[in-house]
Amino acid sequence: SAGSCHSVSSSGMAGADGDDSLYPIAVLIDELRNEDVQLRLNSIKKLSTIALALGVERTRTELLPFLTDTIYDEDEVLLALAEQLGNFTMLVGGPEYVHCLLPPLESLATVEETVVRDKAVESLRKISHEHSPVDLEVHFEPLVKRLASGDWFTSRTSACGLFSVCYPRVSSTVKAEIRQHFRNLCSDDTPMVRRAAASKLGEFAKVLELEYVKSDIISLFTALASDEQDSVRLLAVEACVSIATLLPQEDLETLVMPTLRQAAEDKSWRVRYMVADKFSELQKAVGPEITKNDLVPAFQNLLKDCEAEVRAAAANKVKEFCENLPEDSRETIIMTHILPCVKELVSDTNQHVKSALASVIMGLSTILGKDNTIEHLLPLFLAQLKDECPEVRLNIISNLDCVNEVIGIRQLSQSLLPAIVELAEDAKWRVRLAIIEYMPLLAGQLGVEFFDEKLNSLCMAWLVDHVYAIREAATCNLTKLVEKFGAEWAQNTIVPKVLGMANDPNYLHRMTTLFCINALSEACGQEITTKHMLPVVLKMSNDQVANVRFNVAKSLQKIGPVLDSNCLQTEVKPVLEKLAADQDIDVKYFAQEAIRGRDYDDDDLEAPDITLYSL
Amino acid sequence: MSAYSTERILPVQAMSSAATAPPSVDKVDGFSRKSVRKAKQKRAQSSSQFRSQDKPIELVQLPLLKDVSAQEQPELFLKKLQQCCTLFDFMDTLSDLKMKEYKRSTLNELVDYVTVSRGYLTEQTYPEVVKMVSCNIFRTLPPSDSNEFDPEEDEPTLEASWPHLQLVYEFFIRFLESQEFQPSIAKKYIDQKFVLQLLELFDSEDPRERDCLKTVLHRIYGKFLGLRAFIRKQINNIFLGFVYETEHFNGVAELLEILGSIINGFALPLKAEHKQFLVKVLLPLHSARSLSLFHAQLAYCIVQFLEKDPTLTEPVIRGLLKFWPKTCSQKEVMFLGELEEILDVIEPTQFVKIQEPLFKQISRCVSSPHFQVAERALYYWNNEYIMSLIEENSSVILPIMFASLYRISKEHWNPAISALIYNVLKAFMEMNSALFDDLAATYKSDRQREKKKEKEREDLWRKLEELELRRGIQNSDGIIPT
Repeated sequence: SAGSCHSVSSSGMAGADGDDSLYPIAVLIDELRNEDVQLRLNSIKKLSTIALALGVERTRTELLPFLTDTIYDEDEVLLALAEQLGNFTMLVGGPEYVHCLLPPLESLATVEETVVRDKAVESLRKISHEHSPVDLEVHFEPLVKRLASGDWFTSRTSACGLFSVCYPRVSSTVKAEIRQHFRNLCSDDTPMVRRAAASKLGEFAKVLELEYVKSDIISLFTALASDEQDSVRLLAVEACVSIATLLPQEDLETLVMPTLRQAAEDKSWRVRYMVADKFSELQKAVGPEITKNDLVPAFQNLLKDCEAEVRAAAANKVKEFCENLPEDSRETIIMTHILPCVKELVSDTNQHVKSALASVIMGLSTILGKDNTIEHLLPLFLAQLKDECPEVRLNIISNLDCVNEVIGIRQLSQSLLPAIVELAEDAKWRVRLAIIEYMPLLAGQLGVEFFDEKLNSLCMAWLVDHVYAIREAATCNLTKLVEKFGAEWAQNTIVPKVLGMANDPNYLHRMTTLFCINALSEACGQEITTKHMLPVVLKMSNDQVANVRFNVAKSLQKIGPVLDSNCLQTEVKPVLEKLAADQDIDVKYFAQEAIRGRDYDDDDLEAPDITLYSL
Repeated sequence: MSAYSTERILPVQAMSSAATAPPSVDKVDGFSRKSVRKAKQKRAQSSSQFRSQDKPIELVQLPLLKDVSAQEQPELFLKKLQQCCTLFDFMDTLSDLKMKEYKRSTLNELVDYVTVSRGYLTEQTYPEVVKMVSCNIFRTLPPSDSNEFDPEEDEPTLEASWPHLQLVYEFFIRFLESQEFQPSIAKKYIDQKFVLQLLELFDSEDPRERDCLKTVLHRIYGKFLGLRAFIRKQINNIFLGFVYETEHFNGVAELLEILGSIINGFALPLKAEHKQFLVKVLLPLHSARSLSLFHAQLAYCIVQFLEKDPTLTEPVIRGLLKFWPKTCSQKEVMFLGELEEILDVIEPTQFVKIQEPLFKQISRCVSSPHFQVAERALYYWNNEYIMSLIEENSSVILPIMFASLYRISKEHWNPAISALIYNVLKAFMEMNSALFDDLAATYKSDRQREKKKEKEREDLWRKLEELELRRGIQNSDGIIPT
């Protein structure tokens, strides 16, 4: 890309077109200064266009100084500017000039508003890679140092995100300085800066040499993990994952574990929550031995924590934690240490805890195998299937496939049915919607007989639900069932009931028939569609309600591809023509659309101008 | 130290009456304050420190202080303080009922004792008092029940252990206010760490607790000169974290109320630290989503600053203009209210410095389609002092305002606004009829000139885009970042 940048700098200015005077910088800068914020914002978002008009040299010498000097704008404008500058390398003449972008970005990295600052840091990180090692030391690293020793907390906060991008590419003297700056920020006076440093600790550790991870990072980690503010301590937990991954196993016990143990028992629930939330990552980072000795009891405590937030976070990790236990002792640990806690969580007082557990508990069956599942887990599944909170029941039902693989679903079906029926009739439509979505899955697991006997009537009942979203989902559900059980099954069980609704006194139900036909015709195939569905649709073209009639037109368009051309000409076309002359404007419109959409051979059906009808 | 001793802080009553009676903001707010609505069922929560307790708690019943001789009282007082360090689980309403009641009555006794007794405050009592208070009040606040706790809509979750906590706070306040209280001894125990923990508690959802904390912190600020700078700095940090990181802190209003009384006592000339606080902390607080919960207190602080040092007017108004709400009309009305408070105390020399950007904003407000915003801005013309300032500077202000007023007078959907506009136009006409006639005469040509300029802009951008397209084709290797 260095080659292309030269070609740009030689011919890439507006002057190349011979109309340099067309874009005097003043005019462009006026645009960037427009009194109206919105216009200013638009101009800034097209900054690359302006730079292109000016050419690389004037962009460097005139535009960038202007931008650097006028960084007292609305935050939204500054945000756009910070983003633009991250993509500006080519517009200032390529990597050898990229450092020209540093002054405006440096100012942007010190502003108050967090999103602007973060964007400036993001752009700085991006262009740091485009600096040569020399430029990095001459231009970039001094900027980082200036930010790191800035008066106001904002610049120091921004500095935290820049250490890791320059560290790997500078000399060892400079590296030592960078480490010193990072150390200072970790013990900064303002908690905002310490939080920023703590959140970048893991990232910084990754680019450091192992000896410095041990000497520097560990002491910083320990200090941040015992900060007086819990918002700082919890960020140290995040860093713990990266740090533990970097260290050899034999050092973990002395360097990391004391801090991690302390975090798992922190007096602030936010810190404990963080430990629970990162538990799987921590487990992988510290390895099987420490997991067995330390993490198992810690996990038990988190599952029994006094705050529901912590218990829920831990409950979410139950399956992953068990999966990742060392194979030789997995079953013993689960049975003796984890399962007793899980049992208690099934009857937790907090519904979020129960629902978090319900979303993962079924996964334990694959880990524990058939016998243990039947003896120990099944009672828990059944208890959760009867839980008062619908979300808990739903979470169980949505994960049925895991159990099916291990013990077969028959074990559950007796309890499953009442649970499904209750959810199907729940007063909240969102709950009904959720259970509909699991119907195809359930049908697949339970088999066609069970389905016909127990669940089919539910599926049909949803078609006449008083909430449109449910009727719509029920229609979609039928399609999936037909895909699963086949056309013959559809003809025997579903189609008669769907078509029966065409005579319903409620026009919404009559329309549902049409919607079902739209959805089912393809899956059912030509024969069923032509023989059974089409006559009903055609008959409905005489419906009194205009909405039904124009949906007939839509349906005819929809099912057209399934029908043969003879049938289209002799049966469909006359009806569409009749509807195209309907007294209702919408019916006309959709009939015309349908006629236009179908490619009839003869051209006596010339589509009239729609506007004629709307006049 | 000498700088602090010149600092004077208002008593808490004075400051709260000043801050809780917001001047003109409510007057014009057509919406009823949601927070005034009757409290529904209140939920209770407890601190995050109780794991299930296995054993019932037993405390040895001690005799009443008044029943023992004067010599024995200090000893017994200490014992009672130690007993009150025992904590009870209030979420379990049935456990330890007798002992809970015993602690309550003991605390009551302690409150009375520190109020009326003399000579009880020996040096050994200080650490014990602070220990007892710390044990009881310092705790990790539990998670908020609803994720999106909206202090305006939702009822706060109340602290379950309040029956004890309230008495502990009361005891501590009496202790701090006691005539025998000596800050020189107490400062060994009431230190930076103590204050930091105290400040964290201001995030409590329970308004009763925040109210007690306000008094406690105010007393500490008043009595411990060595802690003042530290307290201010930590409040800074809380506010900055609130504005730029979490957007969540329940005690902003209470902390501002304390600051209101502190600002009043700042020595002149103002230190750079205080000015920075105003510009970099107080002004950005205006951008918070929950501004309505502490706006009265915030505006009070701002006006206090301006009354201290009028030269701050320009940065303050520029700050308000920077944070001017873009979409929230309710907040816009609040800003207009605050601006009027500022204009009420503005010096004419300062007014001149800021009038142009200020009236550009007011002109936008006047033409707001939200009638409450337009109305609130137009009310400025009923303020005699503001009117006199406008009149003195009509040659600058009228050209800024004229176009919006003229346009809106014909277009606004709300007849009340049209009527107000008409009055404002009339006032301007009387003020400076020559200029008014000029502006009316050139209104049309001015609009045309604006339109022409607009078209030129569009042309410019079209040409620029064409150029970009050409370049894009010429350098297909990607000069244009897309």
